[in-house]
Amino acid sequence: MIKRIKNLFISAVIITLISTVGLKASEECFEGFSRSVFKFNMVFDDIILEPIAKGYNKLPEPIKAGTGNFTSNVATLLSIPNSLLQGNIKQVGHATGSFLINSTVGILGFLNPAEKIGLKPHREDVGQTLGKYGFGPGCYFVLPVLGPTTARDSIGLIADSFLDPFAHVTIQEKELFGMSGNSLDYFSVKGTTAVDFRSDNITNFESLERNSIDLYSSLKSIYLQDRENKIKNSTDTQDDWGNLDN
Amino acid sequence: MKKLSILFFLFFLNFNTSALPYSTEPKEFVSELVNDAINKLSDKNLTNEEKSKYIEKIALENVDIKALGLYTLGELRKSSEKKDLINYQIAFEKYFLKSLTSRLSDYSSSKFEVTDFEKKSANYTIVNSEVTPEEGNPQIKIDWRIYTKQVDKPLIRDLIVEGLSLARTQKEEFASILSSNNDDISILIKKLEEFSQK
Repeated sequence: MIKRIKNLFISAVIITLISTVGLKASEECFEGFSRSVFKFNMVFDDIILEPIAKGYNKLPEPIKAGTGNFTSNVATLLSIPNSLLQGNIKQVGHATGSFLINSTVGILGFLNPAEKIGLKPHREDVGQTLGKYGFGPGCYFVLPVLGPTTARDSIGLIADSFLDPFAHVTIQEKELFGMSGNSLDYFSVKGTTAVDFRSDNITNFESLERNSIDLYSSLKSIYLQDRENKIKNSTDTQDDWGNLDN
Repeated sequence: MKKLSILFFLFFLNFNTSALPYSTEPKEFVSELVNDAINKLSDKNLTNEEKSKYIEKIALENVDIKALGLYTLGELRKSSEKKDLINYQIAFEKYFLKSLTSRLSDYSSSKFEVTDFEKKSANYTIVNSEVTPEEGNPQIKIDWRIYTKQVDKPLIRDLIVEGLSLARTQKEEFASILSSNNDDISILIKKLEEFSQK
C-alpha cells in the first residue's frame, strides 16, 4: 500500500513538473517557497555542511584527494548509461575505462591512474541527457538540502536513482556482479561528495556571499549557467552584449 | 636646486610607475595586469587602503565599467530616463570597484598564468588563464572577455570563471531585484549604494 502511494506521489510530481518543462529556466515555479527553502538551506549550510567542510579541509592532502577520487569514481557509474543514451560513444569509453582502471589499479578508486593515461570522463546525469534530447529546463525551484534545480533536472534526479548502477545496488539493495549494499552506503557516498565539493569551494562561496546583493538570484544564475555548460559539454559563453558594441 | 630636481624626477618616476601601462596585445595585457594586481595585493609594505586604491585605479583604467553597467542593467537601459541612468552608473561604479577589490583580495595568494587566447571577432578576444590557489584547492579556469574595438586600448568586459560569466550572473541578479520591485531603477540604485557603504 505504502509503495503504491509512493509511486502515485512520484507520478503526480513528474506530471506536474513535465507540464512546466516548456517554461524558461529564469521563470520560477514558486519563488516565495523557494526563497524560504533557500534560507533553510543556508542555515543548514552554516550549522552543518560548512563546519564539516572546514574540518575536512584540515585533513592531510592525500586523504582529501583520495576521498575526492573515490566519490568521483562512483559518480562515473551514472555517466556510463547517460553517455550511451546521449550517443556519445567516446565518452562511454572514457567513463567505462576510467571506472575499471581506477577501481582496480587505482585501489577502489582512491587513486586516479586513468587520468594519467588521458581518460577524462564528463559527469553526465539524466537531466543532462534530457537536455541533449531538447527538453527545456522548465521552471526553477530550490529543494531542501539538495539545493537549486529545475523541472527537468528534478525529473532527472528521480530517474537517476533508477539508472545509476550504484543506486541499484545500494538503495534498491539488488545484486550486481555479486556486489550489493544498502541505503546507508548510498547516502554516505552522496554526503561525502557534498562535503568534498563544499570544501573545494569555501573561498568561492564566501566571496560570492560577501559580494552579492541578492545571493538567491546569484546562485540561481550560477546553477543555470553550469547546467547549460554541462549539457553542451562546453564552457563557451553566449555573446549577448548586443548593441553595446556599437 | 639639484636635489629638488632629483626629488621631482623621482616623484615623477614613482607617479608614472604607480600604474604601469600594459601591453595592447590581449594575452600580455591580461597577464601583466593580473600579475601586477596580485603583486600589489600581496605586498606586505602596503596598507589595505593603499592596496584598494591601486586596484581601483587599474580597474578604472582597464575595465569597461560603463559598458558593464549598461549590460547588467539589461533592457531597462533602453527605457530608463537619462538622469536615472547617470545615477545608476555612479552607484554601479562604486559597487563594482568595492566588489572587485574584495574578490581579488580573496585570491591574492594564488598563482596566475595565462594559457591561451582566441580572437572571437574584431571586437572581442577571449584570453584563457588558470589560477592555482595556495591551500591546495583545485585550479580555477578563468577566461577574460577583452573588448578590442580600440586596438591600442584593450578593455576587460567580463570574467568567465569555470564557464560562469560574472557579468551574466550580475545581470540576472539585478534583473531579479528589478522584477520584484516593478522595474524601479531607484530601488536597485539604493541597493548598490547600500552595498558600497557597508
